[in-house]
Amino acid sequence: MTTQTTNSSMPEIGPDARGFFGRFGGRFVAETLMPLILDLQKEYEKAKNDPEFYAELEALQKDYVGRASPLYFAERLTEELGGAKIFLKREDLMHTGAHKINNCLGQILLAKRMGKKRIIAETGAGMHGVATATVAARFGLECVVYMGSTDIDRQQPNVHRMKLLGAKVIPVTSGTGTLKDAMNDALRDWVTNVDSTFYIIGTVAGPHPYPEMVRDFQSIIGREVREQIMEKEGRLPDSLVACIGGGSNAMGLFHPFIKDESVRLIGVEAAGYGIDTGKHAASLKGGTPGVLHGNRTFLLQSEDGQIQDAHSISAGLDYPGIGPEHAWLHEVGRGEYVSATDDEALEAFQMTCRLEGIIPALESSHAIAYAIKLAPTLPKDHLMVINLSGRGDKDMATVTAHLADQLED
Amino acid sequence: MTSTTPIQGNNQGRISRRFAELKQQNRAGLVTFISAGDPDYDTGLNNLIALSESGADVIELGMPFTDPMADGASIQKSSLRALTAGQNMQKTLQMVRELRKKDQDTPLVLMGYYNPIYCMGVDTFLAQAAEAGVDGLIVVDLPPEHDDELCVPAQKHGINFIRLATPTTDAKRLPMVLENTSGFLYYVSSTGVTGAAAPTPEKVEGEVSAIRAHTDIPIAVGFGIRTPEQAERIAKFADAVVVGSALTDCVENAATPAAGTDAIAELTRSLAKAVREAR
Repeated sequence: MTTQTTNSSMPEIGPDARGFFGRFGGRFVAETLMPLILDLQKEYEKAKNDPEFYAELEALQKDYVGRASPLYFAERLTEELGGAKIFLKREDLMHTGAHKINNCLGQILLAKRMGKKRIIAETGAGMHGVATATVAARFGLECVVYMGSTDIDRQQPNVHRMKLLGAKVIPVTSGTGTLKDAMNDALRDWVTNVDSTFYIIGTVAGPHPYPEMVRDFQSIIGREVREQIMEKEGRLPDSLVACIGGGSNAMGLFHPFIKDESVRLIGVEAAGYGIDTGKHAASLKGGTPGVLHGNRTFLLQSEDGQIQDAHSISAGLDYPGIGPEHAWLHEVGRGEYVSATDDEALEAFQMTCRLEGIIPALESSHAIAYAIKLAPTLPKDHLMVINLSGRGDKDMATVTAHLADQLED
Repeated sequence: MTSTTPIQGNNQGRISRRFAELKQQNRAGLVTFISAGDPDYDTGLNNLIALSESGADVIELGMPFTDPMADGASIQKSSLRALTAGQNMQKTLQMVRELRKKDQDTPLVLMGYYNPIYCMGVDTFLAQAAEAGVDGLIVVDLPPEHDDELCVPAQKHGINFIRLATPTTDAKRLPMVLENTSGFLYYVSSTGVTGAAAPTPEKVEGEVSAIRAHTDIPIAVGFGIRTPEQAERIAKFADAVVVGSALTDCVENAATPAAGTDAIAELTRSLAKAVREAR
């Protein structure tokens, strides 16, 4: 690996000992959970320094997941947009169809080390639920997935997949029946079943050490990109673009490049119907700092600190918060955070289908949508990597419903 | 109590005075919980006054939050009813002021989650809470690791910070939990959410006496206590018994708001009688 210029003015990359990235993060949980979270942290610290843990993880990543995922030069997309040279990081080709499995494998190996017999998870679009059900089946552990009743209706194929894999899917009707409520109910389950249960959180949020741990397990995305682009182009990329709900695929891509000042880190939030309509999921652009689900971060909330519903066409981005490390990158100005609307994502979805023969997830389509705007403004020697975090098979019903008219032509 | 001196507010040490009285009477206290503004502001105020007039020794008033992660179905629903009816932090503090016009003695503890306090601003919140007549705070998602956020500032305003200890709080962790706790310690007798099934009194008694080896602070026991019979059993050894979900159920099950207030008053009276006769 070549040496790169590092930004000496960059504050130290977190988290600190109390789980903070700047003022974001922390461990805002009930006393019942504190001892569990401290145990988990201890176990993770041990695992991090254990070559055997990584040997097992790497073997599974290679033979079970299919890593490394390709870095694909999107020739026709590049040509069409007429600017930056665009590469797609093909997480959509990985087992279970999205980047979520990277994190689930790491966490289930930890669960096994800790002697836990029961796995719980929350899921929005169902991709994290499917990945969790998959690794639970692989390791023979009981699996319970909490999913908002609204999401169950719009993501039926993933509900069936989870059940086939042996997981129990519990519909969450409390609150508004979406991802945040699924996370509440998963936390309530955990607080009840403290001895037996390991909670696999699906994104770079939650109480410390989850944001750090999930980031580390997802960072394989960025580490691979680094090697692959050096091989293909002999230098680092100029920009990285990824969609953000909680922010795990983006953090996985960004993290190995944070200290490389020349690399732009661009996170694309879901603007839903538009940020000014109030119907969106853009926590950084349309939210304020607050404390939810164990961490301080930007949240969609009222002035009185009540959490508001997010809206996005993509269930996986439909979350009123964002990982604390993103909040920090935003605050210190290292990350650029932008947004794409439902309509822009749908257009990007179609363009990728027609030009590249790839059906992207609606989540990933938000990243592509912003790249469509940005790439034409950049020179041809600008190297842009877009994280294609998942495949779009699960989104057929949603897309068909929205595009009914055009598809008839 | 810690050595920090109150700088403002009208907390007159109600909590410690109340527990001293209870000790003198050789009985456990009754701590009652309702969500502020459930099902609406006016009824909620009536319910609060009913608690004070029906024998509650300490009142916990819930600050409604959209995402009460440590609460079971009953208190979740009560929070949402209150929020739907327009409850907010200003109205909750106003309820405390209204109560204080009628009742200067019963300690009032605000209970809830950190976010609404954080959004209001910790200093603004504490100054207004102290002025309104709030005596203590229970904030579920602020473990001792985050004492600098609210616990230490609260004590500077003369407001007690009441910490939860749970069955997962082991002997190694307990001193840390006790360190900045003042007023009383709330022992959550079961792992799980509010309203979950209660564990056996024998088990809880053993756990409470283990905590007593570490502290002289009064210990209130809660989670899963619904009936006068259960309260009586716990009141034999605990310094106070906390009842919440059973009272919020009174609101949910009431045919009319006024009937809910009557049901709360009746249950509070029978619970108060039970704890008074326990020893």
